Amino acid sequence: MERRNARQTREIVVPGDVLDNSGMKPGENAYVLDGRVHAGVMGVRNVFQNTVGVIPLRGHYMPVSGDTVIGVIIDIGPSNWTVDISAPYPAPLHVNEVPWKVEFGDTSRYLDIGNVVLLKVLSVDENKKISVTMKDSGLRRIEGGRLVSIPYSKVSRIIGKSGSMITMLKNTTDCRIFVGQNGRIWIDGEEENMDAAADAIKMIEAQAQASNLTDKVRAFIENRLPREEDDFEEED
Amino acid sequence: MSGHTDMVLVDENGMRIDGRTAEEHRNIKIEAGVLSNADGSAYVEIGKNKVLAAVYGPRECHPRHLQNPSKAIIQCKYNMQAFSVSDRKRPGPDRRSVEISKIISEALEKVVLTELYPRASIDVYIEILQANAGTRCAGLTAASVALADAGIPMRDIVPAIAAGKADGHVLLDLNKEEDNYGQADVPVAIVPSTDEIVLLQMDGNMTREEFDRAVKMAVGACHEVYELQKDALKRRYSANAKEADGDEQ
Repeated sequence: MERRNARQTREIVVPGDVLDNSGMKPGENAYVLDGRVHAGVMGVRNVFQNTVGVIPLRGHYMPVSGDTVIGVIIDIGPSNWTVDISAPYPAPLHVNEVPWKVEFGDTSRYLDIGNVVLLKVLSVDENKKISVTMKDSGLRRIEGGRLVSIPYSKVSRIIGKSGSMITMLKNTTDCRIFVGQNGRIWIDGEEENMDAAADAIKMIEAQAQASNLTDKVRAFIENRLPREEDDFEEED
Repeated sequence: MSGHTDMVLVDENGMRIDGRTAEEHRNIKIEAGVLSNADGSAYVEIGKNKVLAAVYGPRECHPRHLQNPSKAIIQCKYNMQAFSVSDRKRPGPDRRSVEISKIISEALEKVVLTELYPRASIDVYIEILQANAGTRCAGLTAASVALADAGIPMRDIVPAIAAGKADGHVLLDLNKEEDNYGQADVPVAIVPSTDEIVLLQMDGNMTREEFDRAVKMAVGACHEVYELQKDALKRRYSANAKEADGDEQ
């Protein structure tokens, strides 16, 4: 609902545009100059209570502590791994932050370069030094399935209002899907279903601005996987 | 600025060789998001100038020693294609393109919120496909649209345009003939919301009064370029929305 409301007054702003000159406070991606609020990034104008900000349309993922992300191991050290979480900075994963007891220098036996892991961002300090952990429920090394990348600004669209889109995707495609906050999505299921899910995600990415997207994507998947539908009917 | 010609650059009616008046700029066409593999991109045509700009980042800064622990750095590369001018341009960086890269990255540093990305680097690549005087302004105009298109936080978009003097007249946006056979060339770039000047050079000679007029003219024209830049960025998303609406029907 929130998104649809925002859509009616959807106003695209570019850096430097005046968002407000009636004394509202600057929200995210906004700054004040001579008492006027200006946009600090290209995106959609967003008013929340008495603050006005910008929801970015593009840009890089910036880790926030508490985010669950999907990372790829890109380097191994004697007591840590370096993980690419598609942020501007690499994320070191220390041996103390993995669920196994790892001997010094034995790191490559647990995680190797190219392995995909589910991580949680522990902290990001003011110098943008990132630390991540695998010590939490559900965090693990990912095996099987496939990885799809989308711009991080579209992640909220994939999840949908209170998870409506992602639930629909999981139910209709019969896949296990995990969406990382950094725009990486892991899908696991039957080959054919994974194809459909991956294409549906690409469709959401391309039409992120459209309204009523959940229904359109459902129609798209049902069209792609008609057999699935028949099965259901037979069961009925 | 150096050559001599019998050409009449400005006729008795104040008309220039390409039919413009003294205060008229060339046709400007700006398009945002033309390259899919770059984080942000823009294509700009100013008269016969054709410029492509691409932005990558913010990303980890390499080489390491260039990193700034308190803010991001902007690494800009201005490059002219060998076929961009009538005599083949010898490829590779030369003294001129190093200078232009430096002034463009310094102009952009004034508007980009670099302190949000310590130790990172934002890479800007400017390719001149066809040159006809005023490529540094076209390059900076394209680069700032590409930066905004990449979703990089910035205070404002930077427009740039040159003014100059040819045949004793102060002119806006010199073309190649006016640049080659004129007396002065003054490229100007501003921050439109505050009218701060972020780039100002002068090649040639002018009186103080002529210079003031040239700068005033260029600042005025910068605001026109700014509107075109904003329009290009917004058009990109209104076009997207139209496509999506089309699917709905």
